[in-house]
Amino acid sequence: MLSKRIIACLDVRNGQVVKGINFGGLRSAGDPAELARRYNAEGIDELVILDITATIEARRALADTIRAVARELFIPLAVGGGIRTEADAAAAVEAGADKVSLNTAAIADPGLITRIAERYGSQAVVVAIDAKRAAPDSDRFAVFARSGQADAALDAVAWAREAESRGAGEILLTSIDRDGTKAGFDCAMTAAVSSAVSIPVIASGGAGGLDHFVDVFTMGKADAALAASIFHYAETSVRALKLHLRQHAIPVRL
Amino acid sequence: MIALIDYNAGNLTSVKKALATIGAEVFVPDTPGDLENAAGIIVPGVGHFGATRALGQPWIDAILARVGEGRPLFGICLGMQWLFESSDEAPELAGLGLLAGRCYRLGNPPSNPPSNPQSAIHNPQSVKVPHVGWNSLAIQREASIVDQVANDSQVYFTHSYVAPITGDTVATTEHGEAFAAAVQRGHISGVQFHPEKSGDVGLRILRNFVELAG
Repeated sequence: MLSKRIIACLDVRNGQVVKGINFGGLRSAGDPAELARRYNAEGIDELVILDITATIEARRALADTIRAVARELFIPLAVGGGIRTEADAAAAVEAGADKVSLNTAAIADPGLITRIAERYGSQAVVVAIDAKRAAPDSDRFAVFARSGQADAALDAVAWAREAESRGAGEILLTSIDRDGTKAGFDCAMTAAVSSAVSIPVIASGGAGGLDHFVDVFTMGKADAALAASIFHYAETSVRALKLHLRQHAIPVRL
Repeated sequence: MIALIDYNAGNLTSVKKALATIGAEVFVPDTPGDLENAAGIIVPGVGHFGATRALGQPWIDAILARVGEGRPLFGICLGMQWLFESSDEAPELAGLGLLAGRCYRLGNPPSNPPSNPQSAIHNPQSVKVPHVGWNSLAIQREASIVDQVANDSQVYFTHSYVAPITGDTVATTEHGEAFAAAVQRGHISGVQFHPEKSGDVGLRILRNFVELAG
């Protein structure tokens, strides 16, 4: 049976992981490769490197970071943040990324999804959608571009469908409302998108406890769940989370 | 030296890196003639069966000639499907035909009854296609390619089409229905999943192939 994936996200700036890290035993707490090794040993299913800088120099640093992380890891690695062109995607793939995650650039130029999918295959293209509820109790979800700053005038469900039809292999759906709150994933939004597409949906934003993952895999119909700080701060080990999911009859890789 | 065939169906970086990690010497042949120097041949690949069109007759002839001499051949993902006779994904194209059977889309098995009655029981509509993620291997019989691979080991898949379960199947996986996850017939073998992305289990399988190639 297909396992539900647990994905760790490393927010990287100038080659260093920038969200708080509280792991013991690391030579350099902010070293992405060290952190990736730690997660791998704990049984993470996949890693995402999210580049949160956007300068030319940083882009070169990003390729070095990808290379360092990919060197010893034999699990899928996705790279996102500032991938705007086919050349950016090619640089990430050449450095060792298995997937690139497109967000703002795909909204501005949806053809980019198709062009990268034609070159590397749909399995290499993740479309990241940052969305929030139109109103607190609304079941409409509005897409935002530029790290949640700009209303893209798109409906999340419709945009996910379009991304799939243009060649996206997966959707990474982040709830802007829940991001950083530790109040749990937006299960209703995740279920709405997941039910509308046949490609996998990765839920993101709001992970604060073990049961939040149970909820997003059951009520939220997510195929994978992504988190950053809950793992970085070692509040929860990947292994403890997976054991908890297994106790709730959710298939995981252990 | 292991020859890794590049036909622009995906990126070879991960496969090269995994082979380097297990100490295998690898080269990417420029011409079919370069296969003379290969102790074993790996055909990787992702995406559409039609991508194998780039492997024109000279490559097919050279690969078949080397395999005919007994040199081991290993297909990964699309490369494994190419070992079969054909695929519903590109019906006009022939595969290598080294293994009997036709590949088909998950949930759309050929109209003749499936060889494995289990696969008819499941409702294929209940699962997402493409099949993406970690899934478990059910080892069907002993074979060198799955040597020291435990039953129920998890490996990473990303695909929509599958190969049928036949006498050459050494491991199956279930996603709505059972399909061939690993195949071996003598020195010809292949896996539907990505061993280069499947952690220690994947490296073990690559090592098994490299050992087969001596």
